[in-house]
Amino acid sequence: MPSEEVIFQDKVDREIRIEPKDWMPADYRKTLIRQISQHAHSEIVGMLPEGHWITRAPTLKRKATLIAKVQDEAGHGLYLYAAAETLGITRDEMVDQLHAGKAKYSSIFNYPTLTWADIGAIGWLVDGAAIMNQVPLTRTSYGPYARAMVRICKEESFHQRQGFEILLVLSRGSKEQKAMCQDAINRWWWPSVMMFGPNDESSPHTAQSMKWKVKRFTNDELRQRFIDICADQVKVLGMQLPDPDLKWNEETQHYDFGPINWEEFWQVVNGNGPCNKERMTARIKAHEEGQWVREAALAFAGKMSSRAGVRG
Amino acid sequence: MSIAYILHLADNALVLGHRNSEWTGHGPILEQDIALSNISLDLIGQARNLYQYAATLIGNGATEDTLAYLRDENEYKNCLLVELPNGHWGTTIMRQFLFSAYQHPLYERLSDSNDENLNAIARKSLKEVTYHLRWSSEWVIRLGQGTAESRAKMTDAVNDLWPYTQDLLLHSPEEKEKWQERVQSIFKHASLNIPADVKMISGGFEGKHTSHLVEMLNEMQHLQRTYPGVEW
Repeated sequence: MPSEEVIFQDKVDREIRIEPKDWMPADYRKTLIRQISQHAHSEIVGMLPEGHWITRAPTLKRKATLIAKVQDEAGHGLYLYAAAETLGITRDEMVDQLHAGKAKYSSIFNYPTLTWADIGAIGWLVDGAAIMNQVPLTRTSYGPYARAMVRICKEESFHQRQGFEILLVLSRGSKEQKAMCQDAINRWWWPSVMMFGPNDESSPHTAQSMKWKVKRFTNDELRQRFIDICADQVKVLGMQLPDPDLKWNEETQHYDFGPINWEEFWQVVNGNGPCNKERMTARIKAHEEGQWVREAALAFAGKMSSRAGVRG
Repeated sequence: MSIAYILHLADNALVLGHRNSEWTGHGPILEQDIALSNISLDLIGQARNLYQYAATLIGNGATEDTLAYLRDENEYKNCLLVELPNGHWGTTIMRQFLFSAYQHPLYERLSDSNDENLNAIARKSLKEVTYHLRWSSEWVIRLGQGTAESRAKMTDAVNDLWPYTQDLLLHSPEEKEKWQERVQSIFKHASLNIPADVKMISGGFEGKHTSHLVEMLNEMQHLQRTYPGVEW
């Protein structure tokens, strides 16, 4: 009889989804918990930089759209926490890991949102990069994760179009608005390019994740695809990407691009980005100040069920 | 219906929607963060409909955005209750409840209004407000009965907000009785008391606001005021 491991890999190879009750290698489970919880945390921490502009959005329509967007991110966090919970970890445990600095979230959210144009740039570039990463995840081997991603990707592509549209309006606006637009692109471009993670040769988990079909494309493949698309889209805005080496290459049929500052990437990953402290402080504050609310809700639920028990 | 009264309804909805949206991303429980953001969205949506209607009556190039972004605080007609800072989660919940208990009978009445525009806005909004009222009532009861700490916090919230309740109802005498009944009934379930001998504060409709509204508008109107006349 084939071993459980062989049966598992055979299912993966035949594109049969792995479901919560199926046998799976311990490392597969561990990898998924790490990846899905990181993804969930990114959604929740990602609410902060954009949420920062809700009270200052320049029109009522923009305000409503931004609230809806940030709220969508909270919803994504919820589905993802639920997907991770199917692997045998609780939301509370994951949140504690985040607050203790044991779990990571996407480094992109450790950059500040300085102007309204940043809301556009986040939508266009950050959500654009996220979609590039996430669309293949709708076919990832773990069922609950794949299904969560289907819903998330639909909403993300909507956000991306909204972001681009914010920049489009600014790019056709006053001198100040155009400058705001270019400045935001300058600041968000390289951090977005880094969202795909280290180069393939420095990404130790890639081979295993590809074999398990948790991942379907390498970091560098996805990064190239993102750069190719943005290099064309930026022309519609009449703006520049801040990379003097960016050039179409007839031979490869891709854009060449300049060197990535990996020193900065690792600095931010390791907690030294411009807003790492601020983001964690805000999350921990919300959690601690909400403690009494959660306790009261729990106590009330307890009272209700004991009353129901007496009646029953 | 007078333009002033429509603006009063619109300003109420916008200012409370804005205040609630300050919680987005900072709520005590993810599901409730989403719920309160939803209420914000509903209120801002109501404000937009009401401003759009007011703008057609005002003319002179008025739009929802000129009304929201280019009026000073002394032109704002919202009740004082909605402009107060959020305080803790319990204060936000209590305020939402006191407000929804007013807005629900208000939109019920306006659903029968002869004014077709207002009638349509009220009908659409009533569905939303029914949910706001249920959600906030449930939370008032939950926190009123939860723990000693939550009860103390809710008692503080009632005491802090009660002085502004007269101002809330001043221009809607028709809603007063239903509001009182609802508040009494939910407070009873929550084991909370209505404070006695409170000195009431009013003046929102006439543009006499607290400094909190000035600060809120400074932030909200910043871009429109700094870069006038451009598209966003």
